[in-house]
Amino acid sequence: MSDVNQSRREFLGKTAAATAGLAIAPGVMLIDMAHGRAPEDAASSSVRWGMLVDSNQCKPGCNDCVTGCNKENGLSGGTSETDSQWIRKVELKDLRSGITASLPMMCQHCAEPPCVDVCPTGASFKRADGIVLVDKHICIGCRYCVMACPYKARSFVHEELTDQNPDVPRGKGVVESCTMCVHRIDKGQNTACADACSAAGHNAIIFGDLNDPNSEIAKRVATYATKQVRADLGLNPGVRYQGI
Amino acid sequence: MTNLAKLRSLLNWKWGALIAALLAISAVSVASSEPESSSGRTPKPTIEAGKGEKCVEDTDYMRRNHMKLLMHQRDDTMHKGIRTKKYSLQNCIECHASKKNNSVLGSNENFCQSCHSYAAVKIDCFECHATKPKATVNAAGFFHPIIPPSSEGDVKVNDSHGLSFSMRQQMRGSVVDKNIAGASK
Repeated sequence: MSDVNQSRREFLGKTAAATAGLAIAPGVMLIDMAHGRAPEDAASSSVRWGMLVDSNQCKPGCNDCVTGCNKENGLSGGTSETDSQWIRKVELKDLRSGITASLPMMCQHCAEPPCVDVCPTGASFKRADGIVLVDKHICIGCRYCVMACPYKARSFVHEELTDQNPDVPRGKGVVESCTMCVHRIDKGQNTACADACSAAGHNAIIFGDLNDPNSEIAKRVATYATKQVRADLGLNPGVRYQGI
Repeated sequence: MTNLAKLRSLLNWKWGALIAALLAISAVSVASSEPESSSGRTPKPTIEAGKGEKCVEDTDYMRRNHMKLLMHQRDDTMHKGIRTKKYSLQNCIECHASKKNNSVLGSNENFCQSCHSYAAVKIDCFECHATKPKATVNAAGFFHPIIPPSSEGDVKVNDSHGLSFSMRQQMRGSVVDKNIAGASK
């Protein structure tokens, strides 16, 4: 091979790499802008955070999203009546056909949340970007919201807790539920369950902005048939399911 | 006679001078100790200094208003998702956690507890919030945020009803004695 050819190849290779870098860099920037916001900016109602669970990808018996959630939020992992459970794995079986499905169930982050409707103190609230939360400073522990939630997503803390995660304050006497990892989202990260699921190689949980037409979740929702659980209640949950 | 009177007047003058000198010295010593009132009769909380150079606001302002700043920040963070670091509780703890147990609670020298126990104001924050900075929360082992570890506190708080163990033993003993006495009758 002649010297001319060699240098030509090198030149072409370098140009290609540089072009690829240029093409990727703006994309990375775009994701950053869409996902994380500056710490001093308030959550915006132009964003609707949501999750899409693909039941076909969700492996029966796999519990990684639950353990991921427990680790992130400092939950004990116990499943007794008095233990907090923010996310549960559910196995469904259609008795006529025998078909089974596996899926995680958590706070569905409704657009019209009944827990917020019934809260007597205003502790249960929906943030501008669609995340339904409990302000534990205001919660009096009456548990109306636990009763009102059709998804059984809320738990009451019965015992004193210690050694909490600094990002996830939790304590006795108040109601709590999935926060959609609000402390991670505000930093521009994914939810812990979605990360755990992709780490396990299933990629059954996709987190993203339902309002952003360029986000993967919005594209998937626009392309495939997805369901909201108990859509008949008209609550418009932010968590959607595919393949059930 | 005259000799004795002379001696007495001399003594009186000397005593007077001595008392005056003592008074002057004590006055000077009181005046010099005035600015540092820590050695005075009034007990003052001993507060461990923070890690950083200076606080986000002046000390006087923070002593009066830290609860207002925290409350405002709390509502902004909780409801609007504003997570600026300046007035956040996490930022306070980051700086003010003790070098000894890496916490703001634990003994009366730890930053939050020192003043709050001195002023007898209950802190609710740490029933839910972590008392340790973020990075080392699980590294330094178990620590209860409300009950100080028994190795540091000299008073055991786990004893129920505020009675000491020996007192409860005595009470139990007298009850048993009465029961035995009743049975024998």
